[in-house]
This record gives sequence, C-alpha cells and structure tokens, in this order.
Amino acid sequence: MSQALSEKPRELTPATTRTTFVRYIDRTREHYEAQGFERPYRWAYHQNVPLTPLNKPLSESVVSLITTANEPSPPGWKVGDPRPLRRVHSFSSGEPPSLYTDDLSWHKEVTNTDDLDSFLPVHRLTELAEEGRIGRLADRCHGVPTEYSHRRTVENDAPEILHRCREDGADVVILVPL
Amino acid sequence: MTARHLEANGLPTVILGSARDIVEHCGVPRFVFNDFPLGNSAGLPWQPEMQRTIVELGLELLESARQPRTTVQSLFVWPGDPDWRDSYSRVDDSNREALRAKGERRRAQRERDRARGNVRAE
Repeated sequence: MSQALSEKPRELTPATTRTTFVRYIDRTREHYEAQGFERPYRWAYHQNVPLTPLNKPLSESVVSLITTANEPSPPGWKVGDPRPLRRVHSFSSGEPPSLYTDDLSWHKEVTNTDDLDSFLPVHRLTELAEEGRIGRLADRCHGVPTEYSHRRTVENDAPEILHRCREDGADVVILVPL
Repeated sequence: MTARHLEANGLPTVILGSARDIVEHCGVPRFVFNDFPLGNSAGLPWQPEMQRTIVELGLELLESARQPRTTVQSLFVWPGDPDWRDSYSRVDDSNREALRAKGERRRAQRERDRARGNVRAE
C-alpha cells in the first residue's frame, strides 16, 4: 500500500469555493485539448433513465459483477508489447485472474489496483452470499471495454453483456467501472 | 450505458463508482458514489470492511430505489493527500509541452495501428 493510504484521515477544507467532487468531464476536455486533439469528447447524455424493480429478494438472487478492467496479459507478454484488442471478456468469479488496468484512466500517482476487491468486489460478494445476504455470485464475471465510440458500446458490447448475464441466470447486476 | 441497456431489458443494476459527473451525466438507475481518486470504485485497497460496507450500500440501493437517477454517497473520505483532486490530469506550465508531445505520439501510433488493422472492427 502506498504511503498516502496509511496516513490518518484528514478533513476536507471546509467552506470550499468549488464543487467538492472532481469534474472529470471538464478535466478530460482540458487534458485532451492540451494534447492537441481538436474535437472534444462527447460524453453520453440521456434524459430518460430506465428503472427495473427487483422481482425477487436479494437473498434468492444471482448477482452478476461487471468490470471495465481488461483481460489478463497473455503468457510471455512484456511492457511495450501490443495488447490484445479490448473486447467483452468473461472469467471465473471463483478464481478470478489478474486483470489488466494499466491502460485505463485512473489516478496512478496516488493509488493502486493491486487489490482486486478495490475495483471488483468478488470476495466481498462471496462472503455476503455465504451469509445469505444474496443468493449467490454468478459463476462468471464479465468485462466490458471502455470505448470511445458510444455506438460500439450500445450496439455491440452492452447486448453481449446482457446475453452473457442471462446465460448465467443473473437476477441483478453490479457494475464497477474503474 | 451498459447499465442502462441491462435495466431496459429487465435486469436491475447498481453502479459503484467515483466519477460522479460522468455517471450522472449519462443517466443511470442507481449509483453508489465513492468520492475517491479513480481506481478504487469499490473501496480502498486492502480495506475489506470498507469494501463490504460499500457493496452493502449497493445492495440496499437495489432494494430501496424508488426512481431512476438515485445516487447514494458513501461516507468514506480519502485518507491521503487532499491534493488528489487537483493533481489528476492537471494541465499547467510544468507539463504543457510534454502533453503536446504525447498527443503527437498518440496520433502517430493511431495511424500505425490503423495501417496494420490493429483496431476493433466497426
């Protein structure tokens, strides 16, 4: 664990003059402008949002877990080698592999992704299943790539995730984007 | 967008995440917001009690949300340097030139990838 994480909690500066949470949409736009990309990224926006109520108690439900982390590196892969193209992937929730997160945008200066449960809580959900809080964790977890193209996510990846969750008998889904 | 698709097709969802503006801008059914640096959406590394509490918040939200766009914020506060908010993807005079050069390299790499067909099919 990094030094920063072992320090005692500190209070945020009170009476801040700015939004307390980070405005990533603005930050990303400024960062890409500085790199010379002329067209700012258009983040997904929707006015209408669906809601499906639970149709059975969680204690009887199969829970699926979705990540944006990428597939493990192939055997023999070294830093600098080409990576497999990002795609929807699935892996055992009982024996999860070491997922690849280096190519994703997260705050690498202050934290790490060394503990899988900090971004994909498979062990916490397994414990909750053993205690009866949920029925069980689905046998597989799934990964969905973060795509520049909205269309690719909406037309290809999200339907594929739905298909795989149904194959697994999922009743509810927890998504944990990095 | 994946959560929206699952939900629209009959699967209840909850997102655990740290990029509040992006998730709420997209518009999702249920969202547990952890005000941490990106990377630990489900709790800090090696802190199982915190991770468990965050997962439980998600489960409670699945049960309790009465309308879409319901966000719950966990009470956990990042214990490290509060400057993390400003340091993420910061652009200032110290890195402006390096970022411009990085952009050039990325555009060149993208062209090479396209030429080799090393991109996802449309």
